[in-house]
Amino acid sequence: MFKKFLEEGELPFCKGCGHSLIANNIDMALQKNNYSLHDVVIVTDIGCHGIIDKCFKTHTIHGLHGRSVSLASGISAGLNNPDKKIIVLIGDGGATIGMQHIIDAAHHNFDMTVIIHNNMLYGMTGGQPSEFTPSGFNTTIAHNGTKRKAYDICQIAALAGAAFVSRVIATTDFSAMLSSAFSKKGFSLVEVMEICPSYGVKSNPGMKLKNVVEDAGLEVKILVDQNVETFKTEYRSDTPSLIDSKNSIPTNYCSSLTKPVKIVISGSAGEGVQTAAELFAKAAIASGLNVTKKGSYPVTVGVGFSSSDIIISPTEIFYTGTAEMDAIIVTSEEGLDYSYSTIKNSKEGIIFSDISLTLPETEAKIINHDFRSKTSSKNVSLYALLYYLNYSKVFPMEAMIETFKSEKYSSKIDLAQLLEF
Amino acid sequence: MGKNKSIIFTDNSKIAIEALAKAGADVFIGYPITPANLLYQYASARFPIFMAAPDEITTLQWMSGFSAIGKIPVTATSFPGFALMIESINMAYMMELPMIIILVQRLGPATGTATTGAQGDLALLNGMISGGMSLPVFNFYNSFDCWNLSAKTVEFSVKHRTPVVILTSKEEMMTKVSLDVEQLSSISKIERTYYENDEPYIPYKAEKDLVPAFLPLASENYQVRITSSTHNQRGIIQNSTVEALNNSKRLHFKNIRNMADYSFYELDEEPGAKVLLISYGITALAAKEAVFNLRAEGKNVSLLIAQTILPIPQIYFDVCAKYEHIIVAEENLTGQYRQILFGHGSGANVSGVNDFGAMINPNSIIKEVMKYV
Repeated sequence: MFKKFLEEGELPFCKGCGHSLIANNIDMALQKNNYSLHDVVIVTDIGCHGIIDKCFKTHTIHGLHGRSVSLASGISAGLNNPDKKIIVLIGDGGATIGMQHIIDAAHHNFDMTVIIHNNMLYGMTGGQPSEFTPSGFNTTIAHNGTKRKAYDICQIAALAGAAFVSRVIATTDFSAMLSSAFSKKGFSLVEVMEICPSYGVKSNPGMKLKNVVEDAGLEVKILVDQNVETFKTEYRSDTPSLIDSKNSIPTNYCSSLTKPVKIVISGSAGEGVQTAAELFAKAAIASGLNVTKKGSYPVTVGVGFSSSDIIISPTEIFYTGTAEMDAIIVTSEEGLDYSYSTIKNSKEGIIFSDISLTLPETEAKIINHDFRSKTSSKNVSLYALLYYLNYSKVFPMEAMIETFKSEKYSSKIDLAQLLEF
Repeated sequence: MGKNKSIIFTDNSKIAIEALAKAGADVFIGYPITPANLLYQYASARFPIFMAAPDEITTLQWMSGFSAIGKIPVTATSFPGFALMIESINMAYMMELPMIIILVQRLGPATGTATTGAQGDLALLNGMISGGMSLPVFNFYNSFDCWNLSAKTVEFSVKHRTPVVILTSKEEMMTKVSLDVEQLSSISKIERTYYENDEPYIPYKAEKDLVPAFLPLASENYQVRITSSTHNQRGIIQNSTVEALNNSKRLHFKNIRNMADYSFYELDEEPGAKVLLISYGITALAAKEAVFNLRAEGKNVSLLIAQTILPIPQIYFDVCAKYEHIIVAEENLTGQYRQILFGHGSGANVSGVNDFGAMINPNSIIKEVMKYV
């Protein structure tokens, strides 16, 4: 058969290398399936096989060792076009490095065909064993053979959900098998067994490839041929903007603050610290103030402390750190543990503490109040911030009440009760 | 109050994602990691294409695939994820694939403390491309710059066919702020241009600005070759021919040359000042506050906030030359930008304000400035 997809002339591989057989068979199979040159994207990576791109007249992309299947996955998902044929050429070294990518591509059923050039060793770097080297097969650094059993990549791809999986031995014409793989929609994989003429043959004189494959328990057949749901990329052209002035907070109130105030509220997870702080922040905005807010909590968000730092200011806020606080509100033991050193080192702030807590010695003024028995634990933080606002008058209580009423959760909370101090 | 204002309570993660989407970035691929999670979450709702990758190497490879066929991919991560991406970012750099990587810094080394901010990864970025070649790195310190510069990164990346890093940190991306959306400027979607000519497409033949014309892989009319190994203009792998080596060198000079129009900084010079304070990112806010307070006390100090971090705009050095003493404030142990700007043996006229595991307080900056005014 004449060459259509390959350039004329010699292929760049060693004499007797199965990689040449694979390249010729790809050309034959693509011709059988009536592809045109620009329908095809050949994706290669590092290894002897990877020097083939220059010989293909198709589109080519050559990337990192072992990552070609993942790169091809992006191309496949990006093109989202079943008329394009994406073919990944990878060696057994690359397949070892990038096995996760093979599993993942099969799992997603990205539309592509992966052809593994398995010559059972690293040919480009001197014939060292790969994870695909069968037990007993000699390599340049393992003269008495490798002890481990080789990976059966076909079984792995099959279990991951591939549409088509087969193993062949490199011969002059196995194009029918490649043609079947190319025709299959979804993820297809063909493992081609070869022996490296430079290292494999020399290290294993007289050994027959067929026997090596058989002794390794690797079946030469089609393992999977099934119709699957191919990955389809979802494109959403009408997602709403994240910055919507409809969510803006009307500034119907006025604060008499003349300088920034830094507040921290520290309590326990599940006691509404972040929600109450958010409400307080929005109410401050409704009062014409600039606001910043940070949340702190352990990575296990459902237990332990929960703390929020809020800065409210009539002028622009630059530094958002909260080393010197004006008000430290602590509502639980866990909150106290978190804010312990801040309280201890505080000189000019005011500590608003639940009466159940034993505070460290501090130069700051302390106001004890019964936050916890006033309401259920989930509203403790809200009550404490209302108490602080009532005390400090940093902005009008009406701003807080109106902001509260606009929140979805407001119907579940008896605010009037929380406004009794 | 309230006239002509529209105040929302938001965070810079939301600002960045919206700006990137508006500018034309259309694919977000990522693996969640604190403190970049908000970016991931917002992108899942906003980007036309959103894909959850199984790891960060895959993230960059998928992005490269999307970029090769003409999309504009974005990801967001922190050091542990970024470390896995480095080889693939080098690949995308060599292939000349546009993409944006948002690096939200947290406290290291290694997994460090996920919920504590830091500015500890700049030295890594400075030498990350093998050969020490220039990787464009932008950062911002407030919401308006976050908005504008996020859009600019899309423009720079696409126009110059290069990966671009937005360097930021936990406090910048997770702190909620009140923001007047009426003050956000409009962002236009980038219009991409593709190779059109009767001649065959030569994928790495550079034009005047050292950037080759782009054509998506799988184009109907021309063959497209893309490669990450040393290659000639046609994308054919060559070990060390003059043409291939010149092509690799061009990648560095392309960014150096084209950064001139993308040198973003804020320079606030005080007449008579002998001290220049330099800062960037989260610490720039503390620097601004420190300068405000120092001037209120009658102390003269100038402030340079760097937003184009790498490659270093020449004007930074021109400005520095006018001052007797320079102080670089940044939230890392060793003074990474100070060393990049002035070398390891910075000399007596350069000093740093540094911290590790805590935001730099304006008072620390004031204390250092007071030594020289």
